[in-house]
Amino acid sequence: MANLKDTCAVAGIGETRFGVFPGSTNASLNIQACKLAIEDAGLTKDDVDGLLSQKPYFEPTFLWSTLLGNRMGLSLKYTADLDVGGATPVAMVQHAVMAIQAGLCSVVVCTFGEAMRSQGRKPGWNFMTRTREYEEPFGLLMPTHAYAMACRRHMYEYGTTSEQLGAVAITCRKHASMNNNAQQRMPITMKEYLASRMFADPFRLLDICQVTDGGAAVVVTSSERARHLKHAPVYISGMGNGHTGIGVGWFPSMTTTAAKESAGMAFEMAGVKPEDIDVAELYDCFTYTVLVTLEDYGFCKKGEGGPFVEEGHIELGARIPVNTHGGLLSQGHIDGMNHITEAVKQLRGDGGLAQVTDAEIAAVSGNGGDLSTHTTLVLRR
Amino acid sequence: MPEYKKPLPILDSDSVLFWEACKRHELLIQQCEECGSYRYPPRPICPNCFSLKARWNTSSGRGEVYTFTVARVPLTPEWAPDVPYVVGVIQLDEGIRIVSNVVGCKPEDITIGMPVDVTFDDVTDTITLPRFKPARENSQ
Repeated sequence: MANLKDTCAVAGIGETRFGVFPGSTNASLNIQACKLAIEDAGLTKDDVDGLLSQKPYFEPTFLWSTLLGNRMGLSLKYTADLDVGGATPVAMVQHAVMAIQAGLCSVVVCTFGEAMRSQGRKPGWNFMTRTREYEEPFGLLMPTHAYAMACRRHMYEYGTTSEQLGAVAITCRKHASMNNNAQQRMPITMKEYLASRMFADPFRLLDICQVTDGGAAVVVTSSERARHLKHAPVYISGMGNGHTGIGVGWFPSMTTTAAKESAGMAFEMAGVKPEDIDVAELYDCFTYTVLVTLEDYGFCKKGEGGPFVEEGHIELGARIPVNTHGGLLSQGHIDGMNHITEAVKQLRGDGGLAQVTDAEIAAVSGNGGDLSTHTTLVLRR
Repeated sequence: MPEYKKPLPILDSDSVLFWEACKRHELLIQQCEECGSYRYPPRPICPNCFSLKARWNTSSGRGEVYTFTVARVPLTPEWAPDVPYVVGVIQLDEGIRIVSNVVGCKPEDITIGMPVDVTFDDVTDTITLPRFKPARENSQ
């Protein structure tokens, strides 16, 4: 895989507004994001010959990427829906690189959009029925319950505390406060974190990500072509995957995840070490996900994620700024496609108030299911 | 019995023997006939040696709490009477884990490592769920 290093780049990014938009549709959020990304790259729809998407979680759809491409009037040589849960946006970029380098197509748009907040869970449609067939009868109904159990196990094995989880929530909110496209921008204190409603022990409401209406997309093309487009290319230097399985209760470990293999693969391909990385956009469905990913990526030792975040090492200006956009916890749940667009902004120097000084190398993580799937990108300018 | 509105197990050819045994208040777990590995949830193949041959053994029903959460907010209205309820991962003495509930004690009294025994809850005329309660003192 090393021969794919830096062969492709992200040439364009697009984000709709993130928040609560009751009138929006899943299609319209994807389409808006795609249009913004294509225009950001300085391309037109006629330049696009690849489209990758992820089906909405809460709407039954068939041939979703084909439908979106058709609605936009794209002439596609390559299209597919991918599903590795929240690891999908990063996986889409990886598949785009592979498809371009295989010669199947030359410009791929990767998109995710969903009116998850306004048109989410409805009676009669449960996409988890088969996945959770040995969990739902016992009331394990959502990722919150599963991650809470994994987090408690981490607390038991390593002494992780609620205050340490709180440090992740507070940091994400602090970063979101600098972002005018974040769903939650009001800074929070540790007192407020600890007072927030206990939802599924040890998770309080503020350990859980936002549910958001919004869409985001990126344009991937060859590095050669990207060099002649509107923005300086953001090169795709490393790609990694790790896949544990279904059902956190049955994993060999709940405290060392597939993130470890995934980051190992991506860092090796890119030729980087954790200390070389200037900014990390880490999938943060819950505070615990950030903490365990920091450990598995090697930003700190196993079991030391709690003290690491408590000491402030993930804040802007600190050792490894994490989720400079506010993450899923505060900017919004765009399934992690917003982690990719934020990393690109940082490497372009377009990070605004949350810009990491001289950011050259970024790591992006994707994480799906209940710590089931993991994907990693290393991006550089 | 009042109408039961919460999710029920899917009974199909992969799972039916397990759920029928629960109905008889017996916890059955699959064991590979080739390599001897236990497995749960039920499935047609051994994830260790890829053999399709398996037997069903009666589990001791004893184990310990590996981890747990206390669900305090009902996802849908039918769970409202249950909150707070405990979802736990139980490590059975046979070495495999099962996702279930810890019942028969206060959530605040549950700890990781706490010994538990299976208990059967007949939730409908046809479905029985295996849950776990604190083990009696001096149990073998």
